[in-house]
Amino acid sequence: MTIFYILMIFIVIASLIAVETTDLLSAVICIGAMGFGVSLIFLFLRAPDIAITQIVVEVLGLIILIRATISRDLTFISGDKEFFGTVVSVAIIFVIFLAGLRVFETLPEFGTAIFTEAPNAASQTYISQGLDKTGAANLVTSVILDYRAYDTLGEATVLFTSIIGATVLLRRKTKNTPETLQPVSES
Amino acid sequence: MLYALCFLLFMIGLYCAVVKKNMVKIVVGILIMEYAVNLFLIMLGYRQGGVAPIIDKSHLESQAALNNFVSSSVDPLPQALVLTAIVISLGSLALMISICIRTYEKYGTFDITEIRRLRG
Amino acid sequence: MKGMTIIVKTISSWVKMLIVLFGIYIILFGHLTPGGGFAGGVILASSYVLLMLAFGGEFVKKDLPLPLVSKLDCLGAFAFILIAILGLVFGGVFFANFLFEKYGQPLNLLSAGTIPLSNIAIGLKVGASLFLVIFSLSICCKGSQLDRK
Repeated sequence: MTIFYILMIFIVIASLIAVETTDLLSAVICIGAMGFGVSLIFLFLRAPDIAITQIVVEVLGLIILIRATISRDLTFISGDKEFFGTVVSVAIIFVIFLAGLRVFETLPEFGTAIFTEAPNAASQTYISQGLDKTGAANLVTSVILDYRAYDTLGEATVLFTSIIGATVLLRRKTKNTPETLQPVSES
Repeated sequence: MLYALCFLLFMIGLYCAVVKKNMVKIVVGILIMEYAVNLFLIMLGYRQGGVAPIIDKSHLESQAALNNFVSSSVDPLPQALVLTAIVISLGSLALMISICIRTYEKYGTFDITEIRRLRG
Repeated sequence: MKGMTIIVKTISSWVKMLIVLFGIYIILFGHLTPGGGFAGGVILASSYVLLMLAFGGEFVKKDLPLPLVSKLDCLGAFAFILIAILGLVFGGVFFANFLFEKYGQPLNLLSAGTIPLSNIAIGLKVGASLFLVIFSLSICCKGSQLDRK
């Protein structure tokens, strides 16, 4: 149980550094540290599927973020001008945090899975009949590709849309760049 | 208590996305919020002393072993939901970063107040 | 972006094969061990990203042309939909597991009906699309540096 607290406090400290540092590259590196800590927590929470996926996705995401921040100007202006707005938003977020803490008291204690409290939870069916109904030994795979395959279809659609959006945004314009205009003006 | 730490992490991400003026910092805040939500969903399905939801050969030898697995396995449903959410977060991260790069090429800065002033 | 030193190039060209093999293993055994189409697809993409970082973008463009990558992407999505429609035809329900009766032995590689096929389709789709977006990010960064010089 204490390993969760240690890793969780590590993640919170890394996120605070990532938020408050003035160097963008340091913030990105702290995000990488957070991701590996989250992956370790997933491993200790008996979720090896998610740990593998998280650790691989973290590496690719870190490459993308470093591509964006490296060789740009890394200084940015400190926001002293809008001191009042900062105070108001911090106060609102603090009030939401205090109100939300009351909600977490109604949840069951950490360590008792929430699906054991419901009598006819769907997860009970997935665990007890998953091997007989689908034949897959990995129950997570049997959920994402057989019981809830519509989820995966929607996920594929969202991924396709976001990749198309990124590719269209990053495409270099072939009409207005100077390299293609120069030969026309010379000839 | 661990749930409250997850909520604190979410609030740190919200603070970063609302208050900070750098576009990359806003992306960082959204990433922190994604981590917090994934952690919270997985923690809801954890059982004290549970096993991973993967059936082994030793579980199929007798009926008692299978019953023991059923009564001690963690919840596979939030794991399946979070598995898709992680991959989607990588796609949306690529989309956000490409928007940042395009904005930087057009205005030469990451600061959103600066961009607002330059646009007039 | 001419690439790195010869040490990095040699090591990465050896390691690339192992990464591809590991990704294929993760995809094929996704219904028995931890892993599956999502993790394996991202591993396959990261092998070519390693080549791209070590050798530069032009080498990878020659090795794996971009139209082929986008065709692989569409092929993965099409195969996933095709499996779902075959389930509608043979099993009566969209996404029905119609091959499950024929391969009944659990804990074998050939088990679980359409789940391994769906894993392969998802792995192709995720790997191809993630490689595509990282490749276009690198091309964009190179272009902007050239413009500033």
